[in-house]
Amino acid sequence: MKKFSACLLAAVMAGSLAACSSGTGTTPSTSPGASTGGAGATGVFKIGGTGPLTGGAAIYGQAARNGAQIAVDEINALGGIQFELNYQDDEHDAEKAVNAYNTLKDWGMQISLGSVTSTPAVATSVENNADRIFALTPSASATAVTEGKDNVFQLCFADPNQGSASAQYIFDQKLGTKIAVIYKNDDVYSTGIYNTFKTKATELGLEIVSETTFTEDSQQDFSVQLGDAKAKGADLVFLPMYYTPASLIFQQAKSMSYTPKYFGVDGMDGILTLEGFDPTLAEGVMLLTPFNADAADERTKNFVAKYQAAFGEIPNQFAADGYDCIYAILAALQGGNVTAGQATSEINDALIAQFTSMSFDGLTGNQMTWGTNGQVSKAPKGMVIKNGAYVGMD
Amino acid sequence: MSLLSHLISGLSLGSIYAIIALGYTMVYGIAKMLNFAHGDVIMVGGYACFFMVSTYDLPPIVGIVVAMAVCTLLGVTIERLAYKPLRAAPALAVLITAIGVSYFLQNAAQLLWTSNPRVFPSIVGDFSVKLFDGQLSISGTALVTILVCIVIMISLVWFTGHTKTGKAMRACSEDKAAATLMGINVNSTISITFAIGSALAAIAGVLLCSAYPTLSPTTGAMPGIKAFTAAVFGGIGSIPGAMLGGLLLGIIEIFGKAYISTQLSDAIVFLVLIIVLLVRPGGLLGKQVQEKV
Repeated sequence: MKKFSACLLAAVMAGSLAACSSGTGTTPSTSPGASTGGAGATGVFKIGGTGPLTGGAAIYGQAARNGAQIAVDEINALGGIQFELNYQDDEHDAEKAVNAYNTLKDWGMQISLGSVTSTPAVATSVENNADRIFALTPSASATAVTEGKDNVFQLCFADPNQGSASAQYIFDQKLGTKIAVIYKNDDVYSTGIYNTFKTKATELGLEIVSETTFTEDSQQDFSVQLGDAKAKGADLVFLPMYYTPASLIFQQAKSMSYTPKYFGVDGMDGILTLEGFDPTLAEGVMLLTPFNADAADERTKNFVAKYQAAFGEIPNQFAADGYDCIYAILAALQGGNVTAGQATSEINDALIAQFTSMSFDGLTGNQMTWGTNGQVSKAPKGMVIKNGAYVGMD
Repeated sequence: MSLLSHLISGLSLGSIYAIIALGYTMVYGIAKMLNFAHGDVIMVGGYACFFMVSTYDLPPIVGIVVAMAVCTLLGVTIERLAYKPLRAAPALAVLITAIGVSYFLQNAAQLLWTSNPRVFPSIVGDFSVKLFDGQLSISGTALVTILVCIVIMISLVWFTGHTKTGKAMRACSEDKAAATLMGINVNSTISITFAIGSALAAIAGVLLCSAYPTLSPTTGAMPGIKAFTAAVFGGIGSIPGAMLGGLLLGIIEIFGKAYISTQLSDAIVFLVLIIVLLVRPGGLLGKQVQEKV
C-alpha cells in the first residue's frame, strides 16, 4: 500500500510536469495552400514568435500575440499574401525562449517576431542571426537585442531612447524638480533605461536625489527605497520597470503617506488590467508610450473595436506593437516582391534591404524608419492614467 | 526617525520570516528532515484565503480559518504520502523528495490557478498608526504581523513545554527509539508536528500576501528560502532560535538596504549568516553538538 501510494504520487508529479511543459501556442488561423493574388509577393508565410503567455509578464505576451493575430486575420481575409502565425510561450525566461524558438524552427518558421520581452529576446536574437531568419520584435527594447545583428529589428523604442525621451519629457513639461529613481538592477531592460535616463537628466540639469534598486529576489519590500525618496524630498519617482513591482510600490507608498508623481515607461502599460488591482492607486501615473487607444484616427478606432470584440479589453501598446509588426512585414514583403517559396535566407536578405530603406505608418507612429542598427525612429506620446483609463497628456 | 521606521519595516518582514522559520525548525527538530515544500504550502494558504475573501466574499477571519484547514490537511497529506514511506531512508532521499514536492506544488498551482499574479486584498484593513506628528507612520499590517508573531511564539513555547503532546514532541526530538520505548507514538507525533507547521504556514501566507499583496504560484519560494536561512541562523531545531533568526534576518536585510546599499542587501544577509555559522556552527541558539566519530 505504501509503495502504491508513493508510485501514485510519482505518477501525478510526472503528469503535472509534462502538462506544464507543453506550450500554449496559438493554432494558426489560416488553412495552408491559400490563394495567390496580386502581383509580386505571394504565398503563405510562416511567422513565429515567442513571448510570455503565462507568468508574471503574461500581459505583454498575450497582448502582442492578440494584436498580431488581428493583423494576420485582416490580411488573410483580403486574399493575396497569407500568413500563418504561431506564438510559443517563453514565460519571460531566456532558456525557455530558446526552446520555444527551436520549436518554431522545426515548425518551419520563415519570418520571426523575435521575443516580446527583452531578456528572452537577447537570447533568441542570437539564434535569429545565426540561422539567418529575419526578426522584427514588437516590444523587446534592450539595445543588446539588435546590437551586432544585421537582421534583427525593433518596432518599439530602444531603451536608450526611452530613458532619454523620459528625461526630456519631464524637463520640458516641468513635471518635477527632485527626482527619485527605483530600478531593477538584475534586469537588462530596467538598467538600460536607467542609465540613459541618468545621462540625459544630468545633461539637462534635472536633479536626481535618490537612486535605489531591487532584484528579482527582493521585489516585495520597497519601504527602504520609498523611505529614501521621501526623506530626500523627491517630488517625482521615475519607475523604469514592469508593472508587477510597480503595483507594490504604489500600494506601499500609499501606506507610508507618500504621494509623489510617478513616471513610468512602456513596462508600466498593463497595470490597469492586473487582476484585483485598485486603479485609484495608479491615478495620475504618467508614462511614455507610443500608442494611445483613445486616438481619434480611423485605424486606431478600428483596431480598438476589433480587439475589444475579440478579447474583451482595451488593447495596450504591446497589442498595437504586435499589430504593426505584421503590417510592417507585409509592406516589406510587398516592397521586395518576396514569394513564400524562396529560401528563408533569401527572404531574410530581402527584408533587411526593405526595412533599412522603407518608411512605415502604423498605429504606434507615423513615418517610422529603421537604421542599419535595427532601431526604429518614431515619436513617443505622453499618457496619464485618469479615472482608471489612459488619457493622452498633450 | 527614519531609523525607527526602518526598524519597524525590518521587524515586520522579520516576523513573517520567523513564522515561516518556525515551521522549518519544528519539523527539523522532530523529524530531522528539511521540508523544502514548506514555502509552497505558504503559497497554497495564500490562494485558499484569496479565494474565500475575493471570490466568495467571506469575512477575512473565515478566509484565515479555511486557509489553516487547507494547509493542515495538505501538510499531513504530504507527510503521509511522500515522507512517511521514506522514514528509514537516507536523509538525502528525503531531502530530494521534499524538493520534488515543492516543484509539484508550484506547477500544480500554475495549472490550477495560472501564473498570472493576483492582487491580494488586505486582510488587516487599510489603517495606519501615525506617531510624532505624522513623521512616523506604521502600517496596520506591520503591527498585526509583529503581534501575531509574538503570540505564536509564546504559545508554541508554552505548548512544547507544558502539554502532553508538546512533551512527546520534545521526547521524539531527543531520541526516537527511547520515546517509542516510553510509549510515545512517534508517527502520530510527527504528523501533529506537520499539522502545526502547516497551519503556521497558512498564517504566514496570509500575512505575507497582506504585506506585499501580489500572489502567484512562486510567491512562497523566495520567502521560504530566506526563512530556512533564518532557521539555520537562529539554530535549526530551536523554537526561540527560529524567532530570533527571523527577526534578525529581516532587520539586517532592511538596514543593509537602507544604510549600505540596496544592491548588496542580499549579499550582506548571507555574509552575516556565513560569519555566524563560522563562529557558532549550531546557529545562535542551537545546541552545539559534538559529532562523535
